Amino acid sequence: MTGSSVALPTITPALRTAQRSQWQMALERFRQHRPAVVGVFVLGALALLSAAAPLVSPYDPEKTALLLIYEPPSVTHPFGTDGLGRDLATRILYGGRVSLSIGLLAVAVAITVGTLVGTVAGFYGRWIDGVLMRLVDMMYSFPRLFLLILFGVLFKGMTLPVIVTVLGLLSWMTTARLVRASFLSLKHREFVEAARAVGAGDRRIIVRHILPNALAPIIVAATLGVAAAIIAESTLSFLGLGIQPPTPTWGNMLRDATGEMEKAPWIAIFPGLFIFLAVVSINFIGDGLRDALDPRHVVRG
Amino acid sequence: MGRYVIRRLLQALPLLLAISAVSFTILKVTPGGPLAAYEGNPNFTDDDRVRLEHAFGLDQPIPIQYIAWLGQFLTGDWGYSFSAHQPVLVLISERLPNTIYLMGTVFVTVLLLAIPIGVLAAVKQYSWFDHVVTGTTFAFLSTPTFWLGLLLIIVFGLQLRLFPLGGIQTAGKPFDVWDRLHHLVLPVATIALVQLGSHVRYLRASMLETIGQDYMRTARAKGLAERVVVLRHGLKNAAIPLVTVVALDVPELFVGALVTEQIFGWPGMGRLFWDAATRSDYPVIMGILTVSSTLIVLANLFADVVYGYLDPRIRYS
Repeated sequence: MTGSSVALPTITPALRTAQRSQWQMALERFRQHRPAVVGVFVLGALALLSAAAPLVSPYDPEKTALLLIYEPPSVTHPFGTDGLGRDLATRILYGGRVSLSIGLLAVAVAITVGTLVGTVAGFYGRWIDGVLMRLVDMMYSFPRLFLLILFGVLFKGMTLPVIVTVLGLLSWMTTARLVRASFLSLKHREFVEAARAVGAGDRRIIVRHILPNALAPIIVAATLGVAAAIIAESTLSFLGLGIQPPTPTWGNMLRDATGEMEKAPWIAIFPGLFIFLAVVSINFIGDGLRDALDPRHVVRG
Repeated sequence: MGRYVIRRLLQALPLLLAISAVSFTILKVTPGGPLAAYEGNPNFTDDDRVRLEHAFGLDQPIPIQYIAWLGQFLTGDWGYSFSAHQPVLVLISERLPNTIYLMGTVFVTVLLLAIPIGVLAAVKQYSWFDHVVTGTTFAFLSTPTFWLGLLLIIVFGLQLRLFPLGGIQTAGKPFDVWDRLHHLVLPVATIALVQLGSHVRYLRASMLETIGQDYMRTARAKGLAERVVVLRHGLKNAAIPLVTVVALDVPELFVGALVTEQIFGWPGMGRLFWDAATRSDYPVIMGILTVSSTLIVLANLFADVVYGYLDPRIRYS
């Protein structure tokens, strides 16, 4: 810091403005992607309603009401009630808290692990790269749901921290490959050599010079990863191995529905509809981000 | 080319060994196993446990147990199911054909539909057809397989009563082609619609890229019919990357099969895995994990080889 601090003040402001305008341009492009903007609003509304569930709904999500079993949708129960007389809309909102947080947290784990592995493999190369990439190949060759089921059986149904960790540890490979590719293409560029020439250590080069350039693909992969994680969690809970009732998640609510699909089809329709809404919004946002962050990759339509 | 295939096969071997070793270790360090059935039984003494552990070889270190398992596996002895009381190889060879029958039908259906739809959407970019296709495929891509299955059951099984709710054929009935096909429609639709979404989108994007190429203009300029230009010069090139996507989707097929087999009561590998996993029936789990990851590795290898064959610009050294 001491040696280079003389030159920094003149360089930094220029760099800052250039960087900001790059992100501003991306934001501009994102705004023009209409489905993505709709996606932001729908997802935002879902998240807000779920977070404010106790304020929005007058009902208790877990309290049973045996006189109100299988009420079809009505004014008082917009999505009807389930087999224990609980208001389905309320349970969907509370379920949204669990399902959405699992999606976000699992991806946070996956991105952290993936970035670490990708960085080590791409930056240090040689045999470490070889070993780590074979590990990635191996992880890709496991059918993911099979392993999820094994862990689900092992933990006899999963709690939120467990499911987040397991999902994250089974889905970091794409990020690792992206980060590694960025490192391979960037680590011999002039700006990295320049940084090294002025005495920057490995850590500074990795964190300040290379990783920021790898951010765009990571953001896109992370967004699409949230959608995949929500689907994976709901599948697992649907099979009965995820979050256990009475805590509602969109997946375990659908599990309850399977027995009574003729009598009460709404129990099978509405929770799934919310998974669909969340996932379709996130996928739209991911699409918009890809167009916005990578101007070379413009596939309109 | 032949050399390349052999080298790739040789590289796949350590990968498969690593996969099986990791699966084996995971299963060994988790509770359950052949003695789990006796847990809590008052007549099951510690002496019995030691004796049985010795009999099953469970008192050996895990690497030794793995090597023993591997030796038996390679010589066709895949172990014995604790819950079904049958050899694993027999169980798997009973169920695998049912899953291949389901997945194969999905595979063919998806390709037969995805290619014309994807090409047409790209050729008529921004037409109403294109918009409908892009919208629908996006929707199907975002639909969880199991929910789609439930919806299809509700609409076409329970409400319209057009198709049976599950099973591979009507119970107790002798083999009948129509009955079989009738049972196949909903499970196939469940997996195929989701897969169709990803393949159509991929082919459309790849086709759009191809349409802008110079050789397409050249083909037109020398007076070829539009059909020939699109199919022979366009599709042939656009379909190359699809090979990779199709191969990478093989694990997805397994997942789709597991969920679908569960919902529709389809007697395939997915159901077998589910039953084995919930009963900690380790020999069966090991067998299925090994078979499915081998199929996935082979599918990737196959894709690479076909890719190189279709695109001579790619050189393998």
